[in-house]
Amino acid sequence: MFILREIVMVAMASIRANALRSGLTTLGIVIGTAAVITMVALGEGAQRQVQEQIENMGTNILTVRPGQGFFRGVASGSRRLEEDDALALRDQIGHVYEIAPEIESRYQVTYARSNSSNSIVGTWPSFFSLYNHELEHGRFFDEGEVQGRRRVAVLGSNVPDDLETPGGLLVGRTIQIRGIPFEVIGVLREKGGAMWMQPDDQIFIPLSTAMYRVMGGRDRLRSIYVAAPSPDELDPAWAEIDRVIRREHRILPTEEADFSIQQSSDILETFNETTQTFSLLLAGIAGVSLLVGGIGIMNIMLVSVTERTREIGVRKALGATRKTILFQFLVEALVLCVLGGILGVAGGFGAAELITRLYGSSTAVAAEAVAVALGFSAAIGLFFGIWPARRASILDPIDALRYE
Amino acid sequence: MRNRGRRGQNGSNSETNGVVIHTEDLRKYYILGAETVRAVRGVDLEVKRGEFVAIMGPSGSGKSTFMNLIGCLDTPTRGDYWLNGRKVSELSDDQLARVRNRDIGFVFQTFNLLPRATALHNVELPLIYAGVSSRERRKRAEEKLTLVGLADRMDHRPPELSGGQRQRVAIARALVNDPALLLADEPTGNLDSRTTMEIVEMLATLNQAGQTIVLVTHESDIAAWASRQIHLNDGLVERDFENEGKVN
Ligand SMILES: Nc1ncnc2c1ncn2[C@@H]1O[C@H](COP(=O)(O)OP(=O)(O)OP(=O)(O)O)[C@@H](O)[C@H]1O
Ligand SMILES: [Mg+2]
Repeated sequence: MFILREIVMVAMASIRANALRSGLTTLGIVIGTAAVITMVALGEGAQRQVQEQIENMGTNILTVRPGQGFFRGVASGSRRLEEDDALALRDQIGHVYEIAPEIESRYQVTYARSNSSNSIVGTWPSFFSLYNHELEHGRFFDEGEVQGRRRVAVLGSNVPDDLETPGGLLVGRTIQIRGIPFEVIGVLREKGGAMWMQPDDQIFIPLSTAMYRVMGGRDRLRSIYVAAPSPDELDPAWAEIDRVIRREHRILPTEEADFSIQQSSDILETFNETTQTFSLLLAGIAGVSLLVGGIGIMNIMLVSVTERTREIGVRKALGATRKTILFQFLVEALVLCVLGGILGVAGGFGAAELITRLYGSSTAVAAEAVAVALGFSAAIGLFFGIWPARRASILDPIDALRYE
Repeated sequence: MRNRGRRGQNGSNSETNGVVIHTEDLRKYYILGAETVRAVRGVDLEVKRGEFVAIMGPSGSGKSTFMNLIGCLDTPTRGDYWLNGRKVSELSDDQLARVRNRDIGFVFQTFNLLPRATALHNVELPLIYAGVSSRERRKRAEEKLTLVGLADRMDHRPPELSGGQRQRVAIARALVNDPALLLADEPTGNLDSRTTMEIVEMLATLNQAGQTIVLVTHESDIAAWASRQIHLNDGLVERDFENEGKVN
């Protein structure tokens, strides 16, 4: 169609002729689109970060936690997780799965003149292989040291910094945890953390030592980790764990459990749930600003139609049909909105980049988000452009020509 | 498609016997509140191919209203109108746009050019709406601009042209689709006497080449160039006669 080219050219010429006005009008669309993109970038970035953390921490790991065992509103059963549960798991399903219990508390740690407060984790040697920890210096503790309640410690990669001493020099030295002397036998390689666990900042000691020497006979575990051979085998693992612990706790399969089994993707789900409300709010704001932008477009298109009444008359006198005129103004609104959309996407990218630089939160913009934003601004152009365009198209040629 | 536009000039359908305009009891009333203005009150008229008709009459006698009706810019309140044997008064909106585009060339007193477009683009407009390719469009627009003597002003915009030049652009635009009928409502109303003569001579030349023209004018020395004069008064034809003392 040769007319189509003319239509687009006229639309562009009209926008250029009123550059300032067009620019100010599209601002609403620009801001709206930028808001959408920034919002998506932040949400997507955070989600991706959580995803990465989960992958870093292992996607094949199930976490058993105490609690959630309520019967008729009253806490029932033991509602605790003990070493016996971990031992039962190891006895019954340990040949397929790797098991590591964990007890945790924060204590003062001192070495020479330095002191810091660190999370102290009591666990089994299996913990290190379960989480694929590697050593920078020294060695892990072993089964014998757990049996013997030995005071040995493996430090997370950031702990030497806390104690202001290079990791290599700390191995073989004695540090004080809650005033109790421990020999440092190893320093872990950097692992990276997740929101919910920071192994690099932790100190790992044998479970028995932690329970009886440090925490004063405390026997409630924080959690038991179970690693399946592969992420595909989480479901059978879940069933096995449930069976074993129910038997330990004497809970019938029909009753509610007093423990919970989570997998790492549950964390992502929880995270998504919380961010969703926030996202909806932001989407609402972005939507309103796009709506306001659209009304601005409609307003300026009505002005444009009125201003150009004579031109419409001339074009009609020369053979332009209603449809041609309708398209003419629709394309103009569309071009304005899509231009605004493009600028908005660029602005959104800029804002996301700025946020990353300033606050370090990671951002990511999906290609679909860009497509949706542009599509949406085009839709706004069509929606708010159609009425002014229709008004232009139904003008009577002679009335339009007479218009002063 | 393109050939349809040329049909008018080279002779209309056989059944019309060379009649370009045929009106029967054509009327246009304007209703303004309680009052009805009867601008055209029943005009029966026939204009044959090749005629050069001058419409005259006092101000407010309905000349422009009548021109707008036969130019398909306006629709009659009553009566019928055939253009080249085709009953125009019952056509749809889109069909009327097509008739305006292909069969009629309209020249206005106030030129009605697009101020931001070049002379060439202004002349190309009817061809754009006729769906002519850009190369062909350019060729034909240049041809008509050369015909009206503006070969060296094609890339000028209307504000950069004199009144006479603007009207010549408008004439080139009206002619570009080779319409069966060229209508001009006081085309020299905004021009000085020397430019007026240029335009009138141009119209006369076009008529000699076979172009059917209907022209509205107040001035009898312009009407003198026409082959026929129609005097309107109060919305009715008062006198209609062949022009004996025709110039040329
Ligand atoms: N849109 C309109 N609404 C109402 N009345 C109109 C309209 N257009 C024209 N008229 C009236 O119709 C009558 C004829 O007007 P028209 O413009 O056809 O006159 P004319 O012969 O062209 O006059 P002039 O020589 O001044 O151009 C006038 O009385 C005018 O007031
Ligand atoms: Mg008039």
